[in-house]
Amino acid sequence: MTATTTAPVAAPDVSTRPRQPSARLRAWATRAPLLPALIFMIVVTQLPFVATLVISFFDWNALYPDARHFAGLANYGDVLTDPDLRKSVWTTILLTVAVVLASLVLGLALALLLDRRFKGRGVVRTLLIAPFLVVPVAAALLWKHVLYNPEYGLLNGLLHYVGGPQPDWISNTPLLAVELSLIWQWTPFMMLILLAGLQSRDQQQIEAARVDGAGDWQIFVHLTLPHLRRYLELGALLGSIYIVQNFDAVFTITSGGLGTANLPYTVYQSFYQAHENGLASAAGVLVVIGSIIIATFALRVVSSLFREEVGRA
Amino acid sequence: MSSTVAAVRSRRRTGGATLGLLAWLAGIVFFLPIAWMALTSFHSEEDAATNPPSFAASLTLDGYREFFGAGGGASPWPALTNSVVASVASTLFVLLLALPAAYALSIRPVKKWTDVLFFFLSTKMLPVVAGLLPLYLFAKNTGLLDNIWLLVILYTSMNLPIAVWMMQSFLAEVPVAIIEAARVDGARLPTVLARVVAPIALPGIAATSLICFIFSWNELLFARVLTGVVAETAPVFLTGFITSQGLFLAKVCAASLVISLPVLAAGFAAQDKLVQGLSLGAVK
Repeated sequence: MTATTTAPVAAPDVSTRPRQPSARLRAWATRAPLLPALIFMIVVTQLPFVATLVISFFDWNALYPDARHFAGLANYGDVLTDPDLRKSVWTTILLTVAVVLASLVLGLALALLLDRRFKGRGVVRTLLIAPFLVVPVAAALLWKHVLYNPEYGLLNGLLHYVGGPQPDWISNTPLLAVELSLIWQWTPFMMLILLAGLQSRDQQQIEAARVDGAGDWQIFVHLTLPHLRRYLELGALLGSIYIVQNFDAVFTITSGGLGTANLPYTVYQSFYQAHENGLASAAGVLVVIGSIIIATFALRVVSSLFREEVGRA
Repeated sequence: MSSTVAAVRSRRRTGGATLGLLAWLAGIVFFLPIAWMALTSFHSEEDAATNPPSFAASLTLDGYREFFGAGGGASPWPALTNSVVASVASTLFVLLLALPAAYALSIRPVKKWTDVLFFFLSTKMLPVVAGLLPLYLFAKNTGLLDNIWLLVILYTSMNLPIAVWMMQSFLAEVPVAIIEAARVDGARLPTVLARVVAPIALPGIAATSLICFIFSWNELLFARVLTGVVAETAPVFLTGFITSQGLFLAKVCAASLVISLPVLAAGFAAQDKLVQGLSLGAVK
């Protein structure tokens, strides 16, 4: 134990006494295994973002490369005033909030159901995880063609049995259609996180509360929910990070039509189809700013859980 | 007194049975679309497109034959091969980079190792669209467009933060005392790693690899923008699959199921560690 703790402590002395190359060497030897991964990440993820930032200040349509010129914040002005782009900001928020909230509530209900002992619990758990393990594009195709199809989709097929209406799901409620498919995929994710939270509860405390005459509801409100708070936060934040970026479902189910284009889809479209490089970059930077806001909170939650784990070990 | 206790117990038991039934119901509802997809994939196109649905139609492998190119459509094999190359190669690169990094963040931690760990995590929160255009322009100008190895590099960067976090938490579970003891006994570092660290950390490393594999296999946006005819992956193939005007439900179900099978298999294999990976190691 002493050998490992003295090495890092000795390291600061090195800077004041440069005559000891062996200590400095040892510090670098400790760092060396880290460097490939660190350098790789900086080059592959940070450099392109810096480039995006630079491009976002240029008026640049790829079809007219000679007309490229510095435009200051004009692209940001365009993104924020263009009604289509403004709408896609709003769509992104709506989509993310709806999917995260619905899958959190459903996930919590399922986690509570799964937290009790019953026959076939393992099987039910497996059935519930499965939607998360369908390739996202395949899941989107499944919902679009096999479930939503107004003529022979399963939803209208089942409605047919009870004499219900035969709605055209995607045309009537396009955003809801995208949201439902995502809720189906993300509920298992929330359930898994919340189930882990439930299983880390202090059972003795719950027993004690029960002995003191607390009912199931009281235990849920006063003990379980406060304990789950950070797991709920974590699920909400991680879910937000993934769903803000969603491309697959929007691209597949509606191709961004019918008012379902979210920011990632708009960024994709504005440079891949409209070749508006500057505009696309400005929209991309805005997505990043939004993500940074969410991520700051996410990092805080992860770090508090993390410190608790380290503290416990 | 004892009778009321018994009454409470039996009430709790019937309540438990109801809730168990409810759980089963929820499981079936969530699984229904997948079950229906599987059943439809074995139906003929005519039987697949009926209302009310034909549950008991005769089974056929035509959907699968069509998917694998029997009907004159494009063969899925190049796309499947590309997906295997992109997922497996990127996962190997991730292991190669993440294992030493995780070692330097857990067993022999560098100074400020938590800051480094959080730097890795923060890169995961940078959205894909943040760097998509420059990557596209870079690929176009260097001739890397439609090259599967570009995807391998990008998928490596996409999964590396998750892998570093997971492996760090798995390696941190190896008791320092055991490593110290082996060292005192004169074991050299490679021996310690192979004989002491590996057996404890191996299940975690396996689960990490499976999760990286899943994320790479699923990825669409990079693949859609940066590949074309040659390097097309399975998800891109799937998006371009429906071009014919005729009936295609059985074919689509077969295709979706085949392309999802590796993910379902990997996911169930890594089930226990799935939460830990998806929550970036925050939940155990």
